[in-house]
Amino acid sequence: MFAMIALILIGLYTTWLKPIRQQLTFLIVPFYQLTDIPRRVSDWGGDVFTSQTDLRSENESLKIELLIHQRKLLQMAALAAENVRLRQLLNATDMLQDKVLIAELIGVSPNPLSHTVIINRGSKEGVYERQPVLDAFGLMGQVIEVDEDNSRVLLISDPTHAIPVQVNRNGVRAIAEGTGDLNRLNLRHVSINADIREGDLLVSSGLGDRFPVGYPVAEVEQVVRNSGQAFARVIARPMARLDRSRHVLLVFDTHGLTPKTPAEHSAAAHLNSPETAPAAPDL
Amino acid sequence: MIPHQWNSYLIIVASFIVALVLSVYPLPLGLRWWRPEFVLLVAIYWMSVFPETISLFFLCAVGLFQDLLESVPLGQHGLSLIIVAYICIQSYQRVRNFALWKEAGWVFILVGVEQLSSNWVQGLAGRPLSGLIFLAPAITSALVWPFFRMGLDRVSGHYQIN
Repeated sequence: MFAMIALILIGLYTTWLKPIRQQLTFLIVPFYQLTDIPRRVSDWGGDVFTSQTDLRSENESLKIELLIHQRKLLQMAALAAENVRLRQLLNATDMLQDKVLIAELIGVSPNPLSHTVIINRGSKEGVYERQPVLDAFGLMGQVIEVDEDNSRVLLISDPTHAIPVQVNRNGVRAIAEGTGDLNRLNLRHVSINADIREGDLLVSSGLGDRFPVGYPVAEVEQVVRNSGQAFARVIARPMARLDRSRHVLLVFDTHGLTPKTPAEHSAAAHLNSPETAPAAPDL
Repeated sequence: MIPHQWNSYLIIVASFIVALVLSVYPLPLGLRWWRPEFVLLVAIYWMSVFPETISLFFLCAVGLFQDLLESVPLGQHGLSLIIVAYICIQSYQRVRNFALWKEAGWVFILVGVEQLSSNWVQGLAGRPLSGLIFLAPAITSALVWPFFRMGLDRVSGHYQIN
């Protein structure tokens, strides 16, 4: 028993056990693959037993959606080019295009106190620890453990997670902490007269160099200003569908690269560069 | 009492593997608190059948494996399994005479003890807990215990483990 307590303390306060854990991940992957089978079967069933009319109507709506997005993209290309020119005028560095990889969720942590999920990409595909993870609606979390074929993602709603954010409307910076509730983040140490309102969009600020700038993180749901206290209580709801998204995007860090030469600037202005494979589109 | 055939060892190990699979089977996030502690239930059952045969080291290994599987601090389930197993060894003679519903109540207490130690470790790891929600697994474990018990009785009867 005391050996167990010692083991727990060693595991919590040192990093000695980490390599052992990583070596042993191959033992646990079969379990998650096994529990993933029912989902795969139902997916397969859904694929096989779909009526033609359903497929047709889905195809139709997807086409319309594509058209809308393409129109937006046309504008975006022009705006991005303009942004690059303006940034050149300001002598600021470029906003770099982020490369992404699509991954699929294969497991959810059974521990009700921790919000972690397992995805089906690992070091083979170049996933690394601390890599940001998004879904189609916003930031989801970051990679905390990498195996050859799988990795574990800590969601932003986990109580041990915090992320630097800023209000999209005016750039007020804050730190959003997880609360252990999937639909709730707390903003930490927001001064009582800070300009934050209900409905404000919080985007990642890029401070701390871990998350890329400008991805939506949460929407402010409630601001409680109690004049007796130094800080306002701000509650936000994560934009990402933390409990529903099955497909997630892994963002590759491009900030470590050398600054681009002017010749490459114009290349960066095109949003969809032709060499990107459809599996990993630039965002 | 001591099982002579390899058969029974196989059954015991297989039952633990099934329990481990059930312990990571994905549940809707709202229901995650209500998952019965299957590994612990299996351990309680075998401890009451072979209190002198199942070694604490074996249970420890199962607990550590469960920790790896659920990616909680190594030793969390190992610790709680040992504590519960020790209580089981001390009390199995009395518990054998309990009625099924009384046994379920006893299971409720044992799982509650396990939850206490587990949540102590989770608190150390920075995930503090509030309220009595941690008793949810104890309630569901006690509710499934009669069926669980009958199922495992049938399995061990079929393979003549006793």
